[in-house]
Amino acid sequence: MEQFLQQLTNGLAVGSIYALIALGYTMVYGVLKLINFAHSELVTLGAYLGLTLLTSFALTDRMGPLLGILLLAVMVMGLIALVGAMLDRVAYRPLRQSPRLSAVVSALGASIFLQNTIMLIYGARFLNYPHDILPKMTIHMMGIDVPLVRILILFVSLVMMGGLFFFIQKTRIGTAIRAAAIDQGAAKLMGIDVNRVVLLVFLVGPALGGAAGLMLGLYYGQINFTMGWSYGLKAFTAAILGGIGNIPGAMLGGLLLGVIEAMGATYISFAWKDAIAFLVLILILIVRPTGLLGERVAEKV
Amino acid sequence: MIDMLLEIVDLHVSYGNIEVLHGINLKVAQGEIVTILGANGAGKSTTLLTISGLVRAAKGAIYFDKTPLHKLHAHKVVKEGIAQVPEGRRVFGTLTVQENLNLGAFVSRDSARVKRTREWIHQLFPILAERRHQLAGTLSGGEQQMLAIGRALMSEPRILLLDEPSLGLAPLLVKTIFQTLRQINETGVTVLLVEQNARAALKLANRGYVLELGKIVLEDEAKALISNPEVQQAYLGGIA
Repeated sequence: MEQFLQQLTNGLAVGSIYALIALGYTMVYGVLKLINFAHSELVTLGAYLGLTLLTSFALTDRMGPLLGILLLAVMVMGLIALVGAMLDRVAYRPLRQSPRLSAVVSALGASIFLQNTIMLIYGARFLNYPHDILPKMTIHMMGIDVPLVRILILFVSLVMMGGLFFFIQKTRIGTAIRAAAIDQGAAKLMGIDVNRVVLLVFLVGPALGGAAGLMLGLYYGQINFTMGWSYGLKAFTAAILGGIGNIPGAMLGGLLLGVIEAMGATYISFAWKDAIAFLVLILILIVRPTGLLGERVAEKV
Repeated sequence: MIDMLLEIVDLHVSYGNIEVLHGINLKVAQGEIVTILGANGAGKSTTLLTISGLVRAAKGAIYFDKTPLHKLHAHKVVKEGIAQVPEGRRVFGTLTVQENLNLGAFVSRDSARVKRTREWIHQLFPILAERRHQLAGTLSGGEQQMLAIGRALMSEPRILLLDEPSLGLAPLLVKTIFQTLRQINETGVTVLLVEQNARAALKLANRGYVLELGKIVLEDEAKALISNPEVQQAYLGGIA
């Protein structure tokens, strides 16, 4: 039981990071029907920028761990948002009227370009986050000791997802984003500037991805220029699991994938962790081809 | 001469290398109901899409109350006071009826006014008030058409462009919708109506244009068009 709860909290923490990354994929896909393959590199960049800013400003020493990391997160999210907007401007916007495959190729190119840029700047070796940023506290709950960082990650992710959900579902701009995702032409007839919707999506998605990268650094302590690839793939899987283009779906898919993976690694085989995750994806897609919360993807003509 | 609200001058539109509108001239005065008749592929929808800025003009000009529309992006055209009910309704299926209506008022910031307009639309189409929390995709075709019209009216347009509002609807429903269009027009909204149902359109309209293969071939009072033998032959099934 104790092991189960430990793995559950671990899975939820990792899953919430997957969910944050998955949101970036799903939002861009929702509006542009484009898989932004470079999104995973934005996650990596978030982890590296986080490390750079953390060590060069010594934020946590000056402001205390919690406030320091909060400020760090804001800075990382802001910077990655800008990179995301630039990525769209340079790699995708010139191809908006081209066949969809051209944009996919451009996405792959952007991904490789960003990954190599990160490698050239930071080197190919693993880098370590300082050990002592967050206090090595554990919190006793439900009969187990849960590391503070795990709870913080889950909490902060849930807050961000809740905020995004509210923004998308309840605000005027959020409704405009949903409308543009359904029918861009009709959205324009409502007076919605679809280019600005796209820009917004390329600010919000990467900001969440950047935050996720920072969390990965804080949680695992080690970062590498290829790290985005595996997390990006998992998050992409999570987005499909939940139904790509569907925002609550990405959240659900991410959390679910994290838990499944943690359970599979513990109770079946650690070495088969990834295989189990993808097996679940395949099984769910056989039963529900549009993903758990997805709808009518096939209807689009 | 009356001041024209909408004036299209020598409009040419191409899709790729193929020109589909070959120099159209069309005028709509304030308060009028004008209809554009024509067969499939004549360029009726293209004309409306170009007015709304979803399709770019290759040559020529469109003026709305002296403002050159052909230079504006689609989302800016709405702000000028032009709303379109597109062909096939194109309601946002996975959003609620209420959300669809609110999107129609995306450009207006005055929430009290938006509320008043919404109440007026609920009066015009009571079913929309009843189904406000339902997803638009679950409405019947007729209800979706009403929603599309209501949504367009939410921006309080000076001119309402409608592309085939009768498409796929039962005759009785077409009648209801056309009656509502008259009501809307009586509140001062100018109407430009593209229709295949020529008889219903000409009964409603003051004037009409006949579009054939990207060119205006006839232009007259609606009454005169109804009794025009050529129009009867081609668009009214030969019987007056």
